[in-house]
Amino acid sequence: MLEEHAKLLAVLKSAGEIAGRKKLQKMIYIAKKLNYPFHEKYDFHFYGPYSEEVTLKMEELTNLGLVIETEEKVKGYVQYRYALSEEGNRFLANYNVALPKLSSCVHLLNQQSSRFLELVATMLYFEHLPKEKMLQKVAVVKEKQLYTDGEIEDALQFIERLQAFIQ
Amino acid sequence: MIRNEKLHEEKVFKDPVHRYVHVRDKLIWDLIGTKEFQRLRRIRQLGTTFFTFHGAEHSRFSHSLGVYEIMRRIIENLQQFAKWSEEERLLALSAALLHDIGHGPFSHTFEKVFHLDHESFTEEIILGDTEVHAVLAKVDQDFPQQVADIIAKTSENQLIVSLISSQIDADRMDYLLRDAYFTGVSYGQFDLERILRVMRYHNGQVVIKSTGMHAVEHYIMSRYQMYWQVYFHPVSRSAEVILRKILHRVKDLTAEGYRFQQPPEAFSSFFTEKVDLSEYLRLDESVVMYFFQQWQYEDDEILADLCRRFVNRKLFKYVEFNPMQVKEWYELYEAFQEAEIDPEYYLILDSSSDLPYDFYRPGEEEERIPIQLLMPNGEVRELSRESELVDAISGKKRTDHKLYFPIDRIEDLSANGKAKRRIIELLKREEK
Repeated sequence: MLEEHAKLLAVLKSAGEIAGRKKLQKMIYIAKKLNYPFHEKYDFHFYGPYSEEVTLKMEELTNLGLVIETEEKVKGYVQYRYALSEEGNRFLANYNVALPKLSSCVHLLNQQSSRFLELVATMLYFEHLPKEKMLQKVAVVKEKQLYTDGEIEDALQFIERLQAFIQ
Repeated sequence: MIRNEKLHEEKVFKDPVHRYVHVRDKLIWDLIGTKEFQRLRRIRQLGTTFFTFHGAEHSRFSHSLGVYEIMRRIIENLQQFAKWSEEERLLALSAALLHDIGHGPFSHTFEKVFHLDHESFTEEIILGDTEVHAVLAKVDQDFPQQVADIIAKTSENQLIVSLISSQIDADRMDYLLRDAYFTGVSYGQFDLERILRVMRYHNGQVVIKSTGMHAVEHYIMSRYQMYWQVYFHPVSRSAEVILRKILHRVKDLTAEGYRFQQPPEAFSSFFTEKVDLSEYLRLDESVVMYFFQQWQYEDDEILADLCRRFVNRKLFKYVEFNPMQVKEWYELYEAFQEAEIDPEYYLILDSSSDLPYDFYRPGEEEERIPIQLLMPNGEVRELSRESELVDAISGKKRTDHKLYFPIDRIEDLSANGKAKRRIIELLKREEK
């Protein structure tokens, strides 16, 4: 009935809690790029790959009481935390969401900062380009984020690690 | 070196929304004349909405011209605050005109069923071996790529990107006015002229002068009402549900090796999920409707029935449904099976997240760039922080779930009274 929603619930269950909408968006995108069967449509926005469908589904899940959304003030802006409710846990039990290694993958992604995941997601968005061109493109679209060479190298290694991990 | 010629004399298109669409550049005139752009005449802007609002037969062609016209006027207004180079002007106008070039017939449904992105077709049309590409490349060798980057929102020129795709952009402003006009509703009206006059440059982005806040409030309210009254209309959604199920059925039958009387030749590469551009470009709504007409007479009863429903507007009925009622869902599912009405095709839960529309979001946590007001002291403030009206509707519950089913099939279940009573009882419980 809500099979695609159930996959988002499975991510939250694996993560325990996800701090920030941006982080959640990038985690789903990265999982999708790792060939996990998420079918939400993404396109590029100022802050990297973004899916209105993910936003709407999370809103639906929150309104149904399956997800707990907590609002908090962090450094002057509002941040939202997401976790599965008890009801959500029971609801998820009705679905057989069999996604191999999803739990470890989500755990790995959730340990990273949203800034870092934004860089990783943006790199993956341009992965069809040759490496040099991909890096040039990332430098153009992420100019204001001022990513350091170290962060870029870390992100490249992280992508390799993720790809090796799910194989 | 940018190459562009002016037309010997200005051309105009009569337009019901903007009165006239003005074209002075040969580049724009030539783009409009390409076969890929002309194809947009055969694709409705609002998909299945014409089943509800019979006037909504307008095409992506007229919308694309409208977005171009709004962009032309935005540039004309902004020229007084900062100089636009000829290259930037042509880039903005071309991207505005071509922003929907990759849309196919009933785009959203095709994308969902076949896991496609119209954006990738947009890029292929602009960069591939097409008439559009040939026209753009005459300006400069890199020009097609620049236009593609603007539409994909990955260009370094974020100002032009935001004019075509942001929370208050040429695209949205045209489609709200145009959709309101053609559906015949009065909700979508707002003062476009006023909004264009209060747009300003600020730190590389377009902001709204604070005195124009009420015009923007009106635009946000129009958007909000159009979503609920037109875009989320349950009857249009019913047609969309049937369309989705037709495509699923054809996909399933093809996989099973079913022998069609009218084989789905026009869709063959869609089943491989590696859709060839030339096949994609040949597909338009008239082609899709031709196949649906023919499939009404197929031996497969499900496909024939769904096509008859779509062609003759015999749509599914709906009730509100709370997806938390998992037990009731399974009961209904089993009752449909018992009555030999295949629930995979005839019992469908449709959620608001299945629709390709969005509301205004204040842009918390750097999700999307919000509408910014330029205050008299030079500060910029997000719209919902200044407007109580926008703040009130920004936080509203915006989700709903509906259950669609063919009431006529259920009413016809006279021979199987028990299953019929059970289904009606369960559905009535949902209606309460």
